[in-house]
Amino acid sequence: MNNQSNTSTAPPLSRTSALLLKFLGSMNLAITLLVALSIAAIIGTVLQQNQPYTDYIIKFGPFWFEVFKQIGLYDVYSSAWFLFILFFLVLSTSTCIYRNAPNMLHEMREYRQNIQLKTLENYLNTNSWLLTQPIEDIQHVVQKILPHNGYSARLKDDGSYVLISGMKGGASRLGYILTHLAIVLICIGGLMDGNAILKAREMLGQVVPETKNIAASDVPQISRLGINNQSFRGSVSIPEGRQTDVLFLNYKDGYLVQELPFSVEVKDFRIEHYESGQPKSFESDLVVYDDRLNQPLEKTISVNHPLIYDGYSIYQASFSDGGSKLEMLAWPLMGVNKQPQKVTTKVGDEFQMNISNEPWILESSNFRLFNINPSENPDKQFENSGPSVQFKMRNKMGEAKEYLNYMVPVERDGAYYYLSGVRASPAEEFRYLYLPVDDKGGLGRFMAYLQALGDEQLLQKIVAEQNFMGSNLPTKETAELNEAMVNVVGLFLKNGMSGVLEQVEKNAPADKLEEVSGLYVRVLQQMLGAVYVDVLIKEGVDVSNVGVDEEKAEFFDAAAAAIGAMTRYGSPVYFQLSSFVHHQASGLQIAKAPGKNLVYPGCAMLILGVFLMFYAPQQRLWAWIEQTDEGVKLVLAGHAIRNKLDFSKQFKKIQAQFERVLNG
Amino acid sequence: MNSTHAALQHELDQQSFWKGLSSFDWLWAIIVVLGTGYAYTRYASLMDGYEKGILVSTGASLIALGWNWKEIRALSLVVFLLSIFAISRYVHGLADAETDFFLRFLVSSQSAIMWMSALYVLATVTYFIAFFARSEFSGKVASAMTWSATTMGLVGLMVRWRETYLVGLDVGHIPVSNLYEVFILFSIITALLYLFYERRYQTRVLGGFVLLVISAAVAFLLWYAFDRDAAGIQPLVPALQSYWMKIHVPANFIGYGAFALAAMVAVAYFVRENAEHKASGGIAMTLPALDILDDLMYKSIALGFAFFTLATILGALWAAEAWGGYWSWDPKETWALIVWLNYAAWLHMRLTKGWRGKPMAAWAIVGLFVTLFAFLGVNMFLSGLHSYGEL
Repeated sequence: MNNQSNTSTAPPLSRTSALLLKFLGSMNLAITLLVALSIAAIIGTVLQQNQPYTDYIIKFGPFWFEVFKQIGLYDVYSSAWFLFILFFLVLSTSTCIYRNAPNMLHEMREYRQNIQLKTLENYLNTNSWLLTQPIEDIQHVVQKILPHNGYSARLKDDGSYVLISGMKGGASRLGYILTHLAIVLICIGGLMDGNAILKAREMLGQVVPETKNIAASDVPQISRLGINNQSFRGSVSIPEGRQTDVLFLNYKDGYLVQELPFSVEVKDFRIEHYESGQPKSFESDLVVYDDRLNQPLEKTISVNHPLIYDGYSIYQASFSDGGSKLEMLAWPLMGVNKQPQKVTTKVGDEFQMNISNEPWILESSNFRLFNINPSENPDKQFENSGPSVQFKMRNKMGEAKEYLNYMVPVERDGAYYYLSGVRASPAEEFRYLYLPVDDKGGLGRFMAYLQALGDEQLLQKIVAEQNFMGSNLPTKETAELNEAMVNVVGLFLKNGMSGVLEQVEKNAPADKLEEVSGLYVRVLQQMLGAVYVDVLIKEGVDVSNVGVDEEKAEFFDAAAAAIGAMTRYGSPVYFQLSSFVHHQASGLQIAKAPGKNLVYPGCAMLILGVFLMFYAPQQRLWAWIEQTDEGVKLVLAGHAIRNKLDFSKQFKKIQAQFERVLNG
Repeated sequence: MNSTHAALQHELDQQSFWKGLSSFDWLWAIIVVLGTGYAYTRYASLMDGYEKGILVSTGASLIALGWNWKEIRALSLVVFLLSIFAISRYVHGLADAETDFFLRFLVSSQSAIMWMSALYVLATVTYFIAFFARSEFSGKVASAMTWSATTMGLVGLMVRWRETYLVGLDVGHIPVSNLYEVFILFSIITALLYLFYERRYQTRVLGGFVLLVISAAVAFLLWYAFDRDAAGIQPLVPALQSYWMKIHVPANFIGYGAFALAAMVAVAYFVRENAEHKASGGIAMTLPALDILDDLMYKSIALGFAFFTLATILGALWAAEAWGGYWSWDPKETWALIVWLNYAAWLHMRLTKGWRGKPMAAWAIVGLFVTLFAFLGVNMFLSGLHSYGEL
C-alpha cells in the first residue's frame, strides 16, 4: 500500500495482469475495503447477532425477516459478502507486499551512492563549507560524526570526490513489511477459526443443523461433526459427576453436535462468594479420559484459567442447575380438611399430579442455592434470601404460569413471609404473594385459616354463634342474612375484594351504593375476623381475656391480603420447598482454534511493525567532499520521507556539530 | 589537524547518551530500582510470574521516562509521598476517610479525585485566560494547575488501590476496573500527553483546547459519581481477575488519550486556519503554525494507534483466556476494530497519499467521536461480554 516506488522489481507481466495487480495493490481499493469492513462491522453491532429466529420475526415481521435472513444480517461476520470483503483485503494487502516488499528490502540496504551533487544542494536540509583542513581529516570527521548520530555510513571514492552516505532507520521499511504481512496472517488465521468452512459444508448439503430439542445421542449423523473438524467453539453443560464426549455448536436456528476424541467429567463445581455476596470465582474440577493417556488427567479450571489439552481449550463459561433433588409440600389452596401432599421431583423433570380430580404437571426448571439481591438495609449492600425453586404448573389445557418460591421466609417490616412469585410469561416480572408465617415458623395457621374460610358448615356455625345483627330479627330473615354473610366470604375467596364489590354494584341501587358496599366490607371484615379467632382457638391460643395481640392482628391483615390476592395465583396448590439435594452443572466451552498459530505470530509482528514504522523513521545523510581551488568543499545534505520537521531539527544539530568541529 | 581531532573527540564525548546522563539521572534510576526492589521483595510471594514481570518493566519504563522527561521524576516522587502519607492515615479501616482530617479533605481517593476534577476545570479556564490575554504568567499558572491536577488524580488512583484492599483482602485490585476509574485514568493520561508536548513545543496556547476534552471527562465523571453513585468500590467479577487488566486497560487509555489530544489539536488547527484565511491576525495567530499543528496531530495519532494496536491485541489474548476465543465479534471488540480501521485509513492517507491539512484535521475530529462511541456508546447502547461499565 505504498505508492512511492514506481520502479517495480517484479518480473514483467502481461498488460492485463499488470493492470489487475495495479488495481489490487492500489491505495484506493485498500481504503475502500477498510471503510467497507468498518460499515459491515457496525451493522453487526447494531443488530444483535445470532439470536433465535423467532426474535427476529417478532422484530421485523415475516417479510423483512426473510429479506434480512437472505443477506445474512443475523450472522454478519460469517456471511458470504463479509468473507468476500475480508478475502479482498487479504488479496489487496498481499499484492501491496508483493509489489513493494522487494523495493523496501532493497531500500533498507541501499545507500544511494550514486547521488549527484546538484541533488544534494537542492535538498531542503543542506549546508556547505569551504575548509582548509586536509581532505583525510574531514573524511575522518564525517566518518565519526555520522555513526555517532546513529547513521551507518558507506564511503565511495570517485577519485575526483569522496561521497559518504549515511542511513538510519532502515528498520522502518521492515516495519512496513511486518505490519502488512501481519494483517494477512491474522486474516487467514481468523478465517480458519471462523465458520466459513462449516458454512461451505452446509451449502454442499453435508451438514444440516438440528432444530429439535433431543438427546445428543439421538441427533442424526447429518447434524454431527466428527473429530476431524479442525476448528470450532461450542459449549456443553455437564452435571456434577457426569461426563461428556460431545458438545453443541449453536448454528443458525439450530445446533450441531461436535464429537470429541476424549471425554470430560465434571467432578465438582464450586462458586465462591465475596463477603458482600457477589460471586468471586467459578471453578470446576475436571477429569479428562482419553485412551491415549496412561491415567486420567485431573485439573481444576476457573474463569481466566482454562485447561489446554491436545489442542483443545476447555473454559469455564457458565453454570446451571444439574438436576437438584427437590422435596416439596404441596399445600392445597382449595377445599376443606386437606393435608399437604409430599412431592419429590428433580429440576428438569416433569411431575404428574392429580389435584381435585384435575391433571396438572409440575415442571421444575431451576433451583438456586443463593439469591443475592440488593439490600434495603443501608449497612449491607447485598442480602442473601436463601434457596429458591422455579417451576411451571401446567393445567390440562396445556396452559402454564411460572412460579418462583423461596424456601426461607423473608422479613418485611418486622414480620416474616413465604414469598411466591408468579408470572404468566417470561417477558413479565414476577409478582409476589406474601404468605405470613405463624408462631411456629410455618404455614400451618395460614393454611388452616384458608381452609376454614372455605368450610361452609363452619362459617354457618360461626355466623349463628356470633349473631352479628342482634337477635331481634325474625328467624327467617336472620337465616337469609346469615346465608348472605356466608356467601360474601365465598365470593371473597373466589374473586377477592374486587369480586365482592362487583357483586354489590350489580345488586345495590345506585343511590345506596356507598352505604351498601360499606356494609358488605364491614360484614366481611367481621366474618374474616371471627373465623380467624376460631382458628386461633382451635390452635389452642387463649383469646378470652386480651383478645388478639398485635402480632396476631398483623398476621390477620397479611393473611386476608394474601387470600384476596390469591384469586390471580393460578395454581391450585402452594409448593413449600422443604428439603433439597443441590446438584449443579458446569457450563464448559470447548474450542479448537488452530488459526491462532498464525494469528498470534501475526499479532507480534503487527506490534513490532507498528512501533518500528513510527519510531524508527528512515533518514539519510550524505557528505560530499571535493577538493577545489579555494579549499576543500564539504556539502552535508539530508533527506527523510517522514517526520520532516523532526528531521530538520536533527539536521541542524548535526550541522552544528560539524560547525564546531571544523570551524570551532 | 590536532585541533580538529581534539574538537571531534570533545564533540563525541559530549553527545554520548550514557556519558550525557547526569548524577541526578543516576540518582533517579537508583531510587526507582530501590523502590521496585522493595516492592518485589515484600510482595513477590503474592504475585504470579506475569505480575512480577509487569512490576519490573514498570520500574524500567519509569527510569527511561524520567531520563527523557525530567518533570516525571518530581511528579512520581510527589505522588509517591502523598500516597504513602494517605495510606499511613488509614489506621482503623475505610471509616477513617470520614474522620481523619487529611483523608477527608485532601488525600482519600474521593477527595483527591475531587481535587483533580476541580484543578483540571480551573486549569482549562486559566489556559483560556492565558490564551486570550496573551499572558505568559497565566499560562504558567495553568500548567502548574494541570500538573497538580494530574498529581492528585494519580494519588487518588494509588490510594484507591489501597482502599480496595481495605474493603477486603480478596476484593483488592488495581483501580482500572470500571467506567468511573478509567475516566480518571483517561483524564490523567490525556493531560500527561499534553504536558509532554507542551514542553516539547514550548507553547501553552494549546492547553485550553486539550483540557476542554479533559473537563468534559471530568463533568461526566462527576455526574457518574453523584447521579449514578458509581464511585463505590466493587469487587471484581471473575472474568476481570487477571493480570491482563494491568496492561490491557492502561495501554488502551494511552490510545484513547492520544486520539483525544489529536482531535483537540485538530480543533486548534481549524481555528488557526480560519484566522489565516481571513488574514485577520489576532489571538488565533498565536497558535502554533499550521504545519506544526499538523505534525503534532500526526504524532499523536501515530502514538495512539501504536498503543491502541497493542491494547487490542492484549485484549484479544485476554479474551482467549477468559471468554474462550481471541475474537468473538463482541460489540466492544468490533468497535475497537472500527476505531483501529479508521485510524489505519487516516495514517495511510497521510503517509502514502500525502494528505495534509483540513481534511485530515476534520477526520481526526470525527475519529474522536468514533473513539468515544467505542469507549462509551457501546456500554450505553449495546450489550455484550465487555459490559463492565453500565450506564
